[in-house]
Amino acid sequence: MDADITLRVDGEARRLTVDTRTSLLDALRERLGNTSPKKGCDHGQCGACTILLDGQRALSCLALAVAHDGAEITTADGLARDGELHPVQRAFLERDAFQCGYCTPGQVCSAVGVIEEFAQGWPSHVTEDLTADPEMTHDEVAERMSGNLCRCAAYVNITPAVQDAAAQR
Amino acid sequence: MKPFAFARPGDVAEAVREVAAEPNAVFLAGGTNLVDHLRLGVARPELVVDVRTLTSREITDLDDGGLRLGAASTNSEVAADRRVWERYPVLAQALLAGATGQLRNMATTGGNPLQRTRCPYFQDVTTPCNKREPGTGCSAVGGYVRYHAILGTPGALPDPTAPETCIATHPSDMAVALAALDARVHTIGPAGVRTIPFVDLHRLPGDDPSRDTVLEHGELITAIDLPPLPEGTRSAYRKVRDRASYAFALVSVAAVVDDGDVRIALGGVAHKPWRASRAEEILRGGPLTEHAVRAAMDAELAAAQPQPGVESGNGFKIPLVARTVAATLRGLTEEQP
Ligand SMILES: Cc1cc2nc3c(=O)[nH]c(=O)nc-3n(C[C@H](O)[C@H](O)[C@H](O)COP(=O)(O)OP(=O)(O)OC[C@H]3O[C@@H](n4cnc5c(N)ncnc54)[C@H](O)[C@@H]3O)c2cc1C
Ligand code: SF4
Ligand code: FES
Ligand code: FES
Repeated sequence: MDADITLRVDGEARRLTVDTRTSLLDALRERLGNTSPKKGCDHGQCGACTILLDGQRALSCLALAVAHDGAEITTADGLARDGELHPVQRAFLERDAFQCGYCTPGQVCSAVGVIEEFAQGWPSHVTEDLTADPEMTHDEVAERMSGNLCRCAAYVNITPAVQDAAAQR
Repeated sequence: MKPFAFARPGDVAEAVREVAAEPNAVFLAGGTNLVDHLRLGVARPELVVDVRTLTSREITDLDDGGLRLGAASTNSEVAADRRVWERYPVLAQALLAGATGQLRNMATTGGNPLQRTRCPYFQDVTTPCNKREPGTGCSAVGGYVRYHAILGTPGALPDPTAPETCIATHPSDMAVALAALDARVHTIGPAGVRTIPFVDLHRLPGDDPSRDTVLEHGELITAIDLPPLPEGTRSAYRKVRDRASYAFALVSVAAVVDDGDVRIALGGVAHKPWRASRAEEILRGGPLTEHAVRAAMDAELAAAQPQPGVESGNGFKIPLVARTVAATLRGLTEEQP
């Protein structure tokens, strides 16, 4: 069954007709030609499909496109502005925080979300004192980024890259 | 995935009418469990009714000193709310121990307690499963039972062909904290509104393992209330899992302690979040010494049934849950000034 929806993707309004079964991930990749979010598992387990959905990191494989009519979406592709990489993207380059790169767009979107959540004072599972302002330690970053798996295991460089980008904010 | 119609009605009353009128209709909130099930073929609805933007997303103070969580508030928002960390740390800790940042940004207060079991056979449509397809039997008996129940089961080796057999556990962390807090669930359904004590929301398999909760078809959760706690109450959540992060609980414990009173809820051990009422009764009024807690848990677990299966079954959960309760209560009482 079809439905007409509008998505604002990386700043641009896109109208499309989707089957009600279409995920945001498939709408972006197969219909709108934005292949930066990746399909790793399609079951919410790997984080490769992470996008910013109405400003927050979310899994596009578990979101039905029809349920997000009117949503504001930012993909890793849209983070760079006017040829300038986003600070998180630059930190990933400087720290060599990837090998094959398949998980990277999801890692980068997730990191942007983590840094924002952190700035809002959101605690995590490893935050010792829920009432004190958390510090962006290695353990905090590793816990907050745990939903983004890297098959190449580039974690040793991903974690410092996120710490670097957070420090620049 | 089977085709389905999609609706986003104007308000909750209309949403309830639409689902009630179609026997094979479901509500959709964050979608983190339902969309997975649509893709796996575990859920095959004719109609999906989106309620995420219809129910309240607010977290509000109640006149009695409690807190109301609107059904559409996200797991992230509840965990990040200062009133929750300060008054109900057990709930913030349970939420933060569950899933991942992305998932918690999507998952809702209404959807989380209604997520379905992670029993691998339930999720695999090629295997018999009484919960997914009533009457087909239970593939878990004698199989991979590491995440399965030890309490509220019919026996050590239930009949895998019987239509009532199900040894699944409820996977939610949030629900274990809500059970310990004696939360109340507000619903609206075809028969009107009602309030259900959280501890009565989930059910044991009984003669119908396909039903996880007492909710009727078309009954929508609109909010969950956290009752006020006496001054000085302490609470904590402790989760034991196969990895340090991003894994479901093998066992978990939510404990709420104030002068002379103790409430204990267990996760990963039964078809529902399990209030350890027997242990609570024994401990009430007395000192929470290691010895007393161990004795109380022995009594609570006297009826526990380890399930045999691959990798030596799940008997490890009996000592593990007793130790985890003891460690949680030790943490809460040692901190006391
Ligand atoms: C990889 C992965 C790891 C996870 N790890 C954990 C974990 O460690 N701990 C944990 O607790 N959870 C975990 N989860 C599960 C996650 O927490 C749940 O999927 C989520 O909380 C469900 O909420 P939702 O709003 O997305 O529900 P949905 O998927 O939208 O709905 C779930 C069910 O609830 C029904 N429903 C939704 N809202 C209402 C309402 N208001 N009234 C009546 N019915 C309603 C739907 O019809 C559906 O049957 C994990 C999930 C994934 C994918
Ligand atoms: S334990 Fe329950 S959910 Fe798992 S296979 Fe058996 S009947 Fe199905
Ligand atoms: S593709 Fe979405 S989490 Fe793996
Ligand atoms: S860089 Fe290869 S999967 Fe992460």
